[in-house]
Amino acid sequence: MARGQAVRVDLKTKLLTIFVVCTNVLGNFSMSWGMKHQNADLGWAPVAYIRLIFTPWVLLGTTLLILWLLSRMTLLGWADLSYVLPMTSIGYVLSAVLGKLFFGELVTWQRWLGTLFIVAGIVFVGLTSANTTKQEPAR
Amino acid sequence: MKWIMVAIIVGSTVLADVLQSFEMKRHTVTVEDLRPGRVPGMLAGLARRVPLVVAVFFMAISFFAFMKLLSVADLSFAVPATAASVALETVLARLVLKEKVTALRWAGALSVALGVALLAV
Repeated sequence: MARGQAVRVDLKTKLLTIFVVCTNVLGNFSMSWGMKHQNADLGWAPVAYIRLIFTPWVLLGTTLLILWLLSRMTLLGWADLSYVLPMTSIGYVLSAVLGKLFFGELVTWQRWLGTLFIVAGIVFVGLTSANTTKQEPAR
Repeated sequence: MKWIMVAIIVGSTVLADVLQSFEMKRHTVTVEDLRPGRVPGMLAGLARRVPLVVAVFFMAISFFAFMKLLSVADLSFAVPATAASVALETVLARLVLKEKVTALRWAGALSVALGVALLAV
Protein backbone atom coordinates (compact mmCIF):
# COMPACT_ATOMS: atom_id res chain seq x y z
CA MET A 1 0.00 0.00 0.00
CA ALA A 2 1.40 3.46 -0.91
CA ARG A 3 2.20 5.75 2.02
CA GLY A 4 -0.41 8.35 0.98
CA GLN A 5 -3.11 5.68 0.77
CA ALA A 6 -2.05 4.24 4.14
CA VAL A 7 -2.35 7.67 5.78
CA ARG A 8 -5.82 8.13 4.21
CA VAL A 9 -6.97 4.74 5.50
CA ASP A 10 -5.53 5.51 8.93
CA LEU A 11 -7.37 8.87 9.09
CA LYS A 12 -10.69 7.24 8.13
CA THR A 13 -10.15 4.54 10.76
CA LYS A 14 -9.48 7.20 13.41
CA LEU A 15 -12.53 9.29 12.39
CA LEU A 16 -14.75 6.22 12.51
CA THR A 17 -13.28 5.36 15.93
CA ILE A 18 -14.32 8.82 17.20
CA PHE A 19 -17.85 8.30 15.79
CA VAL A 20 -18.05 4.87 17.48
CA VAL A 21 -17.00 6.37 20.84
CA CYS A 22 -19.47 9.29 20.61
CA THR A 23 -22.49 7.13 19.73
CA ASN A 24 -21.60 4.69 22.51
CA VAL A 25 -21.12 7.30 25.25
CA LEU A 26 -24.21 9.34 24.30
CA GLY A 27 -26.27 6.16 23.84
CA ASN A 28 -25.31 4.83 27.28
CA PHE A 29 -25.95 8.24 28.83
CA SER A 30 -29.43 8.52 27.26
CA MET A 31 -30.26 4.98 28.38
CA SER A 32 -29.10 5.66 31.92
CA TRP A 33 -30.99 8.99 32.04
CA GLY A 34 -34.16 7.21 30.89
CA MET A 35 -33.71 4.38 33.41
CA LYS A 36 -33.07 6.77 36.33
CA HIS A 37 -36.26 8.69 35.56
CA GLN A 38 -38.35 5.56 35.18
CA ASN A 39 -38.19 4.41 38.81
CA ALA A 40 -39.62 1.04 37.87
CA ASP A 41 -38.42 -2.35 39.02
CA LEU A 42 -37.95 -4.21 35.74
CA GLY A 43 -37.99 -7.70 37.22
CA TRP A 44 -37.51 -10.41 34.58
CA ALA A 45 -40.61 -9.95 32.40
CA PRO A 46 -39.57 -9.21 28.77
CA VAL A 47 -42.66 -7.01 28.22
CA ALA A 48 -41.39 -4.49 30.81
CA TYR A 49 -38.11 -4.15 28.88
CA ILE A 50 -39.86 -3.79 25.51
CA ARG A 51 -42.19 -1.12 26.96
CA LEU A 52 -39.22 0.71 28.44
CA ILE A 53 -37.46 0.83 25.06
CA PHE A 54 -40.26 3.04 23.70
CA THR A 55 -39.88 5.76 26.34
CA PRO A 56 -38.19 8.88 24.81
CA TRP A 57 -34.73 8.79 26.44
CA VAL A 58 -34.36 5.02 26.21
CA LEU A 59 -35.54 5.16 22.58
CA LEU A 60 -32.91 7.83 21.81
CA GLY A 61 -30.30 5.73 23.61
CA THR A 62 -31.35 2.61 21.71
CA THR A 63 -31.16 4.46 18.37
CA LEU A 64 -27.66 5.74 19.18
CA LEU A 65 -26.58 2.26 20.26
CA ILE A 66 -27.88 0.77 16.98
CA LEU A 67 -25.74 3.37 15.14
CA TRP A 68 -22.86 2.40 17.42
CA LEU A 69 -23.36 -1.29 16.59
CA LEU A 70 -23.29 -0.72 12.82
CA SER A 71 -20.36 1.72 12.87
CA ARG A 72 -18.38 -0.57 15.17
CA MET A 73 -19.05 -3.55 12.88
CA THR A 74 -17.62 -1.51 10.01
CA LEU A 75 -14.64 -0.49 12.14
CA LEU A 76 -13.94 -4.12 13.02
CA GLY A 77 -13.57 -4.79 9.30
CA TRP A 78 -11.00 -2.02 9.00
CA ALA A 79 -8.95 -2.56 12.16
CA ASP A 80 -7.89 -5.32 14.56
CA LEU A 81 -10.18 -6.29 17.45
CA SER A 82 -7.16 -5.90 19.75
CA TYR A 83 -6.80 -2.31 18.42
CA VAL A 84 -10.49 -1.32 18.48
CA LEU A 85 -11.11 -2.46 22.07
CA PRO A 86 -8.52 -0.31 23.89
CA MET A 87 -8.95 2.65 21.51
CA THR A 88 -12.67 2.83 22.21
CA SER A 89 -12.10 2.44 25.97
CA ILE A 90 -12.03 6.23 26.32
CA GLY A 91 -15.81 5.78 26.30
CA TYR A 92 -15.59 4.26 29.79
CA VAL A 93 -13.83 7.37 31.04
CA LEU A 94 -16.32 9.73 29.37
CA SER A 95 -19.22 7.74 30.85
CA ALA A 96 -17.73 8.11 34.34
CA VAL A 97 -17.36 11.88 33.77
CA LEU A 98 -20.98 12.17 32.55
CA GLY A 99 -22.12 10.07 35.54
CA LYS A 100 -20.44 12.54 37.89
CA LEU A 101 -21.61 15.69 36.06
CA PHE A 102 -25.24 14.78 35.40
CA PHE A 103 -26.14 12.14 38.00
CA GLY A 104 -23.91 13.32 40.86
CA GLU A 105 -22.45 9.81 41.06
CA LEU A 106 -19.51 9.38 43.40
CA VAL A 107 -16.23 9.15 41.49
CA THR A 108 -13.56 8.14 44.00
CA TRP A 109 -9.79 8.63 43.62
CA GLN A 110 -9.53 4.92 42.69
CA ARG A 111 -11.85 5.57 39.75
CA TRP A 112 -9.78 8.56 38.62
CA LEU A 113 -6.61 6.44 38.91
CA GLY A 114 -8.37 3.77 36.85
CA THR A 115 -9.17 6.45 34.30
CA LEU A 116 -5.45 7.32 34.07
CA PHE A 117 -4.56 3.66 33.43
CA ILE A 118 -7.19 3.44 30.69
CA VAL A 119 -5.91 6.58 28.99
CA ALA A 120 -2.31 5.26 29.22
CA GLY A 121 -3.47 1.97 27.65
CA ILE A 122 -5.15 3.85 24.81
CA VAL A 123 -1.94 5.79 24.15
CA PHE A 124 0.09 2.55 24.05
CA VAL A 125 -2.29 0.86 21.62
CA GLY A 126 -2.61 4.05 19.55
CA LEU A 127 1.11 3.77 18.81
CA THR A 128 0.62 0.37 17.14
CA SER A 129 -0.63 -0.39 13.63
CA ALA A 130 -4.44 -0.51 13.40
CA ASN A 131 -4.52 -3.55 11.15
CA THR A 132 -2.12 -6.49 11.35
CA THR A 133 -4.14 -9.04 9.37
CA LYS A 134 -4.30 -9.31 5.60
CA GLN A 135 -7.46 -7.78 4.12
CA GLU A 136 -8.75 -5.26 1.61
CA PRO A 137 -8.11 -1.68 2.80
CA ALA A 138 -11.05 0.63 3.60
CA ARG A 139 -11.40 2.71 0.43
CA MET B 1 -27.17 -9.58 41.22
CA LYS B 2 -24.79 -6.86 39.98
CA TRP B 3 -21.92 -9.27 39.34
CA ILE B 4 -24.15 -11.91 37.71
CA MET B 5 -25.26 -9.24 35.23
CA VAL B 6 -21.63 -8.20 34.67
CA ALA B 7 -20.69 -11.85 33.94
CA ILE B 8 -23.56 -12.24 31.45
CA ILE B 9 -22.60 -8.97 29.72
CA VAL B 10 -18.89 -9.84 29.52
CA GLY B 11 -19.50 -13.40 28.23
CA SER B 12 -21.97 -12.40 25.55
CA THR B 13 -19.88 -9.35 24.52
CA VAL B 14 -16.75 -11.46 24.05
CA LEU B 15 -18.57 -13.97 21.84
CA ALA B 16 -20.26 -11.21 19.83
CA ASP B 17 -17.05 -9.24 19.25
CA VAL B 18 -14.97 -12.22 18.13
CA LEU B 19 -17.72 -13.31 15.71
CA GLN B 20 -18.10 -9.77 14.33
CA SER B 21 -14.39 -9.24 13.90
CA PHE B 22 -13.98 -12.61 12.17
CA GLU B 23 -16.86 -12.03 9.75
CA MET B 24 -16.22 -8.33 9.02
CA LYS B 25 -12.61 -9.12 8.11
CA ARG B 26 -13.85 -11.63 5.52
CA HIS B 27 -16.16 -9.11 3.80
CA THR B 28 -15.09 -5.56 4.64
CA VAL B 29 -17.59 -2.68 4.38
CA THR B 30 -16.01 0.11 2.32
CA VAL B 31 -16.54 3.87 2.62
CA GLU B 32 -18.52 3.72 -0.66
CA ASP B 33 -20.93 1.23 0.98
CA LEU B 34 -21.74 3.89 3.61
CA ARG B 35 -23.20 6.33 1.06
CA PRO B 36 -26.96 6.87 1.68
CA GLY B 37 -28.07 5.12 -1.53
CA ARG B 38 -26.07 2.03 -0.74
CA VAL B 39 -26.83 1.66 2.98
CA PRO B 40 -30.07 -0.40 2.62
CA GLY B 41 -28.32 -2.90 0.36
CA MET B 42 -25.33 -3.03 2.69
CA LEU B 43 -27.60 -3.67 5.71
CA ALA B 44 -29.48 -6.39 3.82
CA GLY B 45 -26.15 -8.00 2.98
CA LEU B 46 -25.06 -7.89 6.63
CA ALA B 47 -28.37 -9.45 7.73
CA ARG B 48 -27.70 -12.49 5.50
CA ARG B 49 -24.38 -13.30 7.15
CA VAL B 50 -24.98 -15.98 9.80
CA PRO B 51 -21.99 -15.16 12.08
CA LEU B 52 -23.19 -11.53 12.24
CA VAL B 53 -26.76 -12.59 13.05
CA VAL B 54 -25.44 -14.80 15.87
CA ALA B 55 -23.23 -11.92 17.04
CA VAL B 56 -26.24 -9.57 17.14
CA PHE B 57 -28.14 -12.20 19.17
CA PHE B 58 -25.34 -12.20 21.77
CA MET B 59 -25.27 -8.39 21.69
CA ALA B 60 -29.01 -8.35 22.37
CA ILE B 61 -28.42 -10.53 25.45
CA SER B 62 -25.69 -8.13 26.51
CA PHE B 63 -27.97 -5.13 25.86
CA PHE B 64 -30.86 -6.39 28.02
CA ALA B 65 -28.48 -7.50 30.77
CA PHE B 66 -26.98 -3.98 30.63
CA MET B 67 -30.44 -2.46 31.02
CA LYS B 68 -31.00 -4.64 34.08
CA LEU B 69 -27.58 -3.68 35.46
CA LEU B 70 -28.34 0.04 35.02
CA SER B 71 -31.50 -0.41 37.08
CA VAL B 72 -29.50 -1.71 40.06
CA ALA B 73 -26.10 0.04 39.70
CA ASP B 74 -24.52 3.42 38.93
CA LEU B 75 -23.55 4.25 35.34
CA SER B 76 -20.00 4.94 36.57
CA PHE B 77 -19.87 1.34 37.85
CA ALA B 78 -21.84 -0.41 35.10
CA VAL B 79 -19.86 0.78 32.09
CA PRO B 80 -16.33 0.22 33.44
CA ALA B 81 -17.14 -3.11 35.10
CA THR B 82 -18.28 -4.56 31.80
CA ALA B 83 -14.96 -3.55 30.23
CA ALA B 84 -13.38 -6.61 31.83
CA SER B 85 -13.89 -8.17 28.42
CA VAL B 86 -10.91 -6.19 27.03
CA ALA B 87 -8.19 -8.51 28.38
CA LEU B 88 -10.13 -11.66 27.48
CA GLU B 89 -10.84 -10.44 23.95
CA THR B 90 -7.20 -9.47 23.37
CA VAL B 91 -6.17 -13.06 24.18
CA LEU B 92 -8.82 -14.38 21.78
CA ALA B 93 -7.76 -11.87 19.11
CA ARG B 94 -4.27 -13.37 19.26
CA LEU B 95 -5.35 -17.04 19.47
CA VAL B 96 -8.47 -17.15 17.30
CA LEU B 97 -8.22 -14.16 14.95
CA LYS B 98 -4.42 -14.50 14.55
CA GLU B 99 -3.83 -10.78 15.09
CA LYS B 100 -0.29 -9.60 15.72
CA VAL B 101 -0.48 -8.46 19.33
CA THR B 102 2.82 -6.68 20.02
CA ALA B 103 4.30 -6.05 23.47
CA LEU B 104 3.07 -2.45 23.31
CA ARG B 105 -0.45 -3.60 22.50
CA TRP B 106 -0.39 -6.16 25.36
CA ALA B 107 0.79 -3.37 27.67
CA GLY B 108 -2.07 -1.19 26.47
CA ALA B 109 -4.68 -3.91 26.93
CA LEU B 110 -3.37 -4.78 30.42
CA SER B 111 -3.30 -1.11 31.37
CA VAL B 112 -6.91 -0.74 30.26
CA ALA B 113 -7.91 -3.92 32.18
CA LEU B 114 -6.16 -2.63 35.32
CA GLY B 115 -7.86 0.72 34.91
CA VAL B 116 -11.21 -1.01 34.62
CA ALA B 117 -10.52 -3.02 37.79
CA LEU B 118 -9.76 0.22 39.64
CA LEU B 119 -12.91 1.86 38.32
CA ALA B 120 -14.94 -1.04 39.69
CA VAL B 121 -13.47 -0.74 43.24
